Order: sequence, then structure tokens, then C-alpha cells
Amino acid sequence: MTPKIQLIDVHKSFGPKLVLDGVTADIAASESFVIIGGSGSGKSVALKCILGLMRPEQGRILIDGEDVVNMKGRERERVMKKFGMLFQGGALFDSLPVWENVAFGLVQGRRMERRAARDKAMETLAQVGLGSDVAELSPAELSGGMQKRVALARAIASQPEIIFFDEPTTGLDPIMADVINDLIVKCVRELGATAVSITHDMHSARKISDRMAMLYKGKLIWVGRTAEVDKADNAYVDQFIHGRADGPIKMEIRG
Amino acid sequence: MTLLAAVGRIFLGFLQYAGRLTVFTGVAVAHCFRPPIYFRLILRQMVEIGYFSLPVVGLTAIFTGMVLALQSHTGFARFSAEGAVATVVVISMTRELGPVLAGLMVAGRIGAAMAAEIGTMRVTEQVDALVTLSTNPFKYLVAPRLLAGLLMLPCLVVVADIIGVFGGFLVGTYQLGYNPATYIHSSWEYLKPIDVISGLVKASVFGFVISLMGCYNGYQSRGGAQGVGQATTNAVVSASIMILTTNYILTALFFNK
Repeated sequence: MTPKIQLIDVHKSFGPKLVLDGVTADIAASESFVIIGGSGSGKSVALKCILGLMRPEQGRILIDGEDVVNMKGRERERVMKKFGMLFQGGALFDSLPVWENVAFGLVQGRRMERRAARDKAMETLAQVGLGSDVAELSPAELSGGMQKRVALARAIASQPEIIFFDEPTTGLDPIMADVINDLIVKCVRELGATAVSITHDMHSARKISDRMAMLYKGKLIWVGRTAEVDKADNAYVDQFIHGRADGPIKMEIRG
Repeated sequence: MTLLAAVGRIFLGFLQYAGRLTVFTGVAVAHCFRPPIYFRLILRQMVEIGYFSLPVVGLTAIFTGMVLALQSHTGFARFSAEGAVATVVVISMTRELGPVLAGLMVAGRIGAAMAAEIGTMRVTEQVDALVTLSTNPFKYLVAPRLLAGLLMLPCLVVVADIIGVFGGFLVGTYQLGYNPATYIHSSWEYLKPIDVISGLVKASVFGFVISLMGCYNGYQSRGGAQGVGQATTNAVVSASIMILTTNYILTALFFNK
């Protein structure tokens, strides 16, 4: 069976700094795949390359078997319709009320009529545990946790085939982080979507993933099932998942 | 050698900037005419640029017209040409001061606001979010602002021309003692359609330039609050310089015969 997403020898650099150094991975349909790694390891760049927000200099990225690296215009728009994305900071549009944020992809991307899109937005807000009382509020009037839920609702509103999560629990208290993790698991299961997440929160990674990969210095140094991560027999993975200062990974003070 | 290298670096930097701006302009203009066209957003920007800039443009115009009448009167008195005050006011306002001053005021108000808004959206990943929601940022953010700038600045300049001429009329008749009917007659007598039309064409170009520089600098901003602040400053400075430069070019095209 063709993997839903394939990364083949993907390279990306910024000036002299090589950020992705030959990343190769297969992600199956309906699988939840989490990339773990420290800050600056290239996780966000990998995600942005798959999404088409950045273009790798070398390598191929296949979605449903189609190479998307050089896609433009309508072809790119067609592929983008398969995606939903939860950004690290939410990236909610602060000029629009909550319901319009959630309905944005439906109205602008799929040309749904505003009234129908509003009904769908309310339904999706309910799915992430938010009532109609927040619909008319501006995103700035919401707490961090509620903003994250709205962003999750926006990511899933158009029922995408692939959902990306960029550090979904960053900046949240442990309880709210767990609520978001549960919502991610629930929403991804209900949609039957493929999920690709990047995080350095191991609790979150264990909870939401079927498989994990560790990115270090632009390379995937370990890929395996979530249950196997504790027996990875890899000094880098072992140091990272236990959060030890001592080990082969040295924190770079200067980038 | 170091001086030469520094000059070369600046020149190459300028070429790079000009190239990026040209590509940005080409893509943005293409999106102005390709569907979908967001009429609601164009209308919102038209209100923002046209309606909300009225007070600042009106104030600038009335005081400019008043000062112009006063200066012309005292200056022309040296060679007994006070009779030309009304004509000088109306031609200066319609040809030059209306479009240029309205352009500079709108550049300060709207160019800065556009750069700050789009810049903030850029650094908080809202522009990336647009892309993931199958919406082209050029179509959604840039094209409506360009069209609104292009359409609304001429409207503002019409208002500025009328208010400016009225300011001159007030000073001329109440302070300098001109006969109101004669003042109005003198204003009309030497005013030609080309004076007003050239001003309106300039206004359209300035409106486009203001929106373009606001959007371009906002879109290119990086690195948080400092980057957005820098983008805002760059938007106002570059729009002002481009207004003054294009003003000369357009004046030469219209009147250099």
C-alpha cells in the first residue's frame, strides 16, 4: 500500500547551516506519527517542507504517491485541501471572531455558504469542548488553552485527510496540555486522518503517537513504534526521552 | 578597495531589493484580476483608506490652502500681482499639493498600518495559516489593499482639492479682503481639466505605491516585534520617497512640453 506521506532524502539549508540532512520516512494512512527532537533540530522545517511552506533544495516529498515539491497554482491548492494544521502559537486571525476563524477554510477554501459554514463551525467548536458563547469573541479574549482548542477546531473543520500539529502542548499547563492531547487523539480517530506532529513534550508524544522518530542534527536517527521508544538502544533517544543533561547530545549555546 | 567594495555591496543590495519588489508587484497585480476577488475585503479597505483618512487629509488641505493664499498674497504684492492669488491657490492645490500632501499623510497613516498588520500576521504565522487554509495571501491580503489604495486616493484628493481651495477662499475673502465673487471667478477662469485630471492620476499612482510598500514591507518582515517595527518605518519612508519620485516623473510627463 502506498504510504500517505513519503519523505525521500530531503535536504534543506539556510545559508551555510544545513537543517535537514537527508530525511527519509514513510507515514502510513491513518497513522499518528510524531517527530521528537530538541530545539533547533529541524522539526519545524521538516513540517513546513511537507506542508509546502518551505521548499527543500534536494529530495522528494510524496503525498498519496504524488511528488508535491514543485507543485504550484491549482495543483498545489488541490493538495493543500487535504491538509489541516495546528500552529504552535495558534495563529488565529485576530481580525476575525472565533467562529469565522473556525469556518475560514470552509468559506474561503471550499466556497461554502457563510450560514452553513457557521453551523459547521459551531459543531466543530462543540467537538473540542467549546460552547456557542465563545463564537462571537475575538481570539484575544480567550485564554491560551481556549485559543489552542479554537486552533484545533479550525484545523479539523474541513475534515482534512492529513493533520499537522506543531508543538501542540507548548505553553499550556499540564492539565490543559493533557486535555489537548486527548482532543487530538479523539479528533484524529474520529476523522480517520493521518497525523504528523512535532514536539519535545515526551508525555504528549507518547500519548498521541503510533510511531515516533527522533530528529537530531537534520537526520532521523531513530524511527520506531511508540511502545519501543524506551527500549530504543540509542544513546541519543535515551538521553532525550529521559531529559538528561549528560549524554551524547550537547546543547549548542551558539547556533 | 574597501570603499569600492562597500559601494558595490550597497548597489547589489539595491538591485536585490528592486528585483524582489518587482517580482512582488507582478504577482500582486496578477492576483488583482484573477478570481476569486474578495469584494468584502476590498470594501473594508476602501472604508479604512478613504473614509477614516478624511479628517487628517481634510485638515492638511484646509491649512495648506490657507497658508498658500497668505503666502501668495504677501509674495505677489512685491510685484503687484495680488490678483493671481486665487488662480495660484487652485492650480497649486489641484496639480501638486492636493495629491502630494494627501499621499504623504495617507502614507503615514495607512502605509504604516498595513505594514504593521501584515508584519504581525507574518511573524505570528497567520500568513502561513492562510496558506494551509487554501487561501492565497496575495489574493486575500495584498490585492484588496492595492485596489482600495488605487481607487480611494483620487476620491480623497477630490475632497482635499475642494477643502484646500475653500481654505484659500476663506483667507482671501475674510482676511485679505478679496471680493468673494471675484475670487471664485478667478479660481474658475484659469483652471483647466488637465490640472484636476493630472492630480487625480497622480493620486491613483500614489495610492497604489502606498499600499504596495505597506504590503511589501509587512510581508517581508521577520523576527518579532523589532522586525515589525522596522517594516513599519521602511513602509512609510519608502512610500514617501516613491511618492516624491513618481510625482516628478508624472509632472514631467504631463506638463513638460
